[in-house]
Amino acid sequence: MNILTSYFGSNLPPGNAGNQLWALIYVFIIFAGVAVAVLCMNWIERKALAHFQIRLGPMRVGPHGLLQPFADALKLMLKEDIIPAEADATVFWVAPVIGLLAAFTVYIVIPFGPSQAVTDMNIGILFMLGVSSLGVLGIVTAGWASNSHYPLIGALRSSAQMVSYEVAMGMAIISAIMMTSMNAGGIGTLSMIGIVQAQQQQGIWFIFKFFPLGFIAFAIFAIAMVAETNRAPFDLPEAESELTAGFHTEYSGLRWSLFMLGEYAAMIAVSSIAVTLWLGGWMRPFPNLLNGPAWEFIFSLFPALTFGGLALITFIGTARMPSQSFFRIQRMGLGIFAVLLGFIALLLLLIAVVGHSNDASIAARFREGIDYVYWFIFKVAIFMYLFIWYRATWPRYRFDQLMSVGWKVMLPISLGVLILTAIVGVLIK
Amino acid sequence: MNDEKTLDPKMIASKPLDPKTIAERVPGTAGSSLTRPNAASSNLDLDAPDKPYLDSNELIINMGPQHPATHGVLRVILKLDGEKVLGTECVIGYLHRGIEKIAENRTYTMFNPYVDRMDYCAAVSNGLGYCEAVEKLMNVEAPPRAQYIRVILTELQRIASHQLWLGTHALDIGAMTPLFYTFRDREEILKIFEKYCGARLTTHAFRIGGCQYEIYPGFEKDVKNFLTFVAPKIDEYETLLTTNRIWLERTKNVGVISGKDAIALGVTGPVLRASGVKWDIRKAVPYANYSKFDFEIPVGSNGDTYDRYLVRMAEMRQSLRIVEQAINGIPEGPIMAKVPKVIKPPVGEIYHSIEAPKGELGFFIVSDGSTQPYRLRVRPPSFVNLQALDLMVRGALVADVVAVIGTFDIVLGEVDR
Repeated sequence: MNILTSYFGSNLPPGNAGNQLWALIYVFIIFAGVAVAVLCMNWIERKALAHFQIRLGPMRVGPHGLLQPFADALKLMLKEDIIPAEADATVFWVAPVIGLLAAFTVYIVIPFGPSQAVTDMNIGILFMLGVSSLGVLGIVTAGWASNSHYPLIGALRSSAQMVSYEVAMGMAIISAIMMTSMNAGGIGTLSMIGIVQAQQQQGIWFIFKFFPLGFIAFAIFAIAMVAETNRAPFDLPEAESELTAGFHTEYSGLRWSLFMLGEYAAMIAVSSIAVTLWLGGWMRPFPNLLNGPAWEFIFSLFPALTFGGLALITFIGTARMPSQSFFRIQRMGLGIFAVLLGFIALLLLLIAVVGHSNDASIAARFREGIDYVYWFIFKVAIFMYLFIWYRATWPRYRFDQLMSVGWKVMLPISLGVLILTAIVGVLIK
Repeated sequence: MNDEKTLDPKMIASKPLDPKTIAERVPGTAGSSLTRPNAASSNLDLDAPDKPYLDSNELIINMGPQHPATHGVLRVILKLDGEKVLGTECVIGYLHRGIEKIAENRTYTMFNPYVDRMDYCAAVSNGLGYCEAVEKLMNVEAPPRAQYIRVILTELQRIASHQLWLGTHALDIGAMTPLFYTFRDREEILKIFEKYCGARLTTHAFRIGGCQYEIYPGFEKDVKNFLTFVAPKIDEYETLLTTNRIWLERTKNVGVISGKDAIALGVTGPVLRASGVKWDIRKAVPYANYSKFDFEIPVGSNGDTYDRYLVRMAEMRQSLRIVEQAINGIPEGPIMAKVPKVIKPPVGEIYHSIEAPKGELGFFIVSDGSTQPYRLRVRPPSFVNLQALDLMVRGALVADVVAVIGTFDIVLGEVDR
């Protein structure tokens, strides 16, 4: 019992407090959370993309295709798992696992709140950069082990692309890190939690700091992270119309789904990093302008309102379902889903209200944690939507154009921003 | 490395075949060992021996016949140096159905539906070409009303074909969304076809001597509604692509072909016009009353993929103009000329070509006076245009090959027949 409650007394992430049990629980929660987020993202992407393109998207499996990701997952698991005869079986087997591990390991240092992280490394951002670069290893080995031409070209493209965009990305990150040292003490930090706290202390999100310097650095990161995760318009490694499926052409079934899981997990991871570095991480909007208990309370209602809104949309959807008997089960399912969402909304509302009335209660602590995680996920969700939007809007870059954008445009700009940030920082202090 | 010891056995095997004489006769075949039946016509040295270890940076890759970007069952053998294309070779025939041979065993009337299966994206235009060719052979002419109906339907078909081209071409270059927009609007054209003759894709809309069907009640309203509906939609496609930065980078100066080269290779249609050659059979050798309509021939200047895109977009607008004039001026009268039940053209031969959406579609018919053609030869635009592929993609990147194949607007049913 002491172990279980020990966490609530601590203001540190469990990894730093030496609380191994809670660290493990966090790891499981994050792993499960990301897996669920990937499933949701799968559905949302297909639906949103469909609506961009005047179609309906999945409609058959469950009401409005809500169960489609589960059907997909089931299909992928039951599918025959082919290893080509000429492939290097061991490497072929290891490659998706490398990609997946790299994508998931990054989550160790991502702070969902000041103490809502597995651990707070003092070199957090460096760790993240190092680990996420390992993702390219999975792709290269996949392309090589397939022993086939298209995957090989895909892997070559991918490695070149990821390596070159990492440079610009690193420069953008350094300028954000530099901003953390623009305080009285002049001491910067590489810790992910430290970076958000620096934004808190300086009273400004780094995207607005030294405008437009912070914004340019953020924009470079936002572009580089799309290239880093091989998403449209930089999806050359898996360019369907050119290389059939790029590095995972020869993959099928579960192994293929591991690649997909890794890709989406990496998308969420890089979005989290962008949020942490430039968009104030877990902080709610305007914490310094709209402060005071009343504003605290209003902003803490947002999670409940979000779920309430989702419940309302779902209720409307239930009411608008066709009334034939064929849809009865779907209708019931959607109704249950709506009730579930409504219940969550009520629970969140209860926590917000109780936590507001009594600051010392455990509900207050819960409320705080929920707020942090909510605003963090809210910001990440915007990025995830942008990923879908990009995909619906833009054609694909050609390989040499991609390289020239990376090396001739992004790198010089990010270097310039870095130097200017340093100069402005010294001048303003 | 000791050269004699590391010699590849394949290399030794290829030596006694004396590749030198072949190389002299056929450029680009140096080192060919003639093991393949058509190696002499290959420009890729497919059977050339592998270079010694660590020097072999050329990659031969099969694009197709099952490949998402080859618009059917085209197989392109690419020789790559990294991503750079050193040469290509097209292998066709995967969709060969022997349509020309079938023609020799069918009567003229029976063969009419077969032509729809060549360019199945522009079936109406094929039908027009064939019917007019046979009419010319028989020395009859379709009545004016039939010709107006023909013009309306073929121009609608041109828009439909260009819309299909735009969607798939954009998809090849990576933009997914235009595909769905164009298919949404193409649907309206297909609905008109369906109402007119019952079929959407392989329409068999025309008969030798005119049209089988009178226009249905409400046809004029449908077409006019379509005209007002589709004009803003074409602007919509343009907002998605014309000034899109990535689209410009992907299409400008890609697959450039000069007007001279295009003429030398027999390239026709929008590909030729984008290279600055003002050649449109509707104007040059007017058929089917086209001389009565006022329209312009859009011409490009650079001969690159972007110009071909612009030319086709402009052509869609010009087609709208033609349809508008035709639907307003549609005359009264019969829709069928006096044609005997059994069509027996006099002995002779005829070549008749029309401006199909993809280029010059020609029919060469030799008649021996019987009910069946002695020989029927089709000059399909896709097939002829395709031979410019190698010229246009040499030195480009793999991604450009996809863009160039898309810009030709080839249909493999027509290439292979």
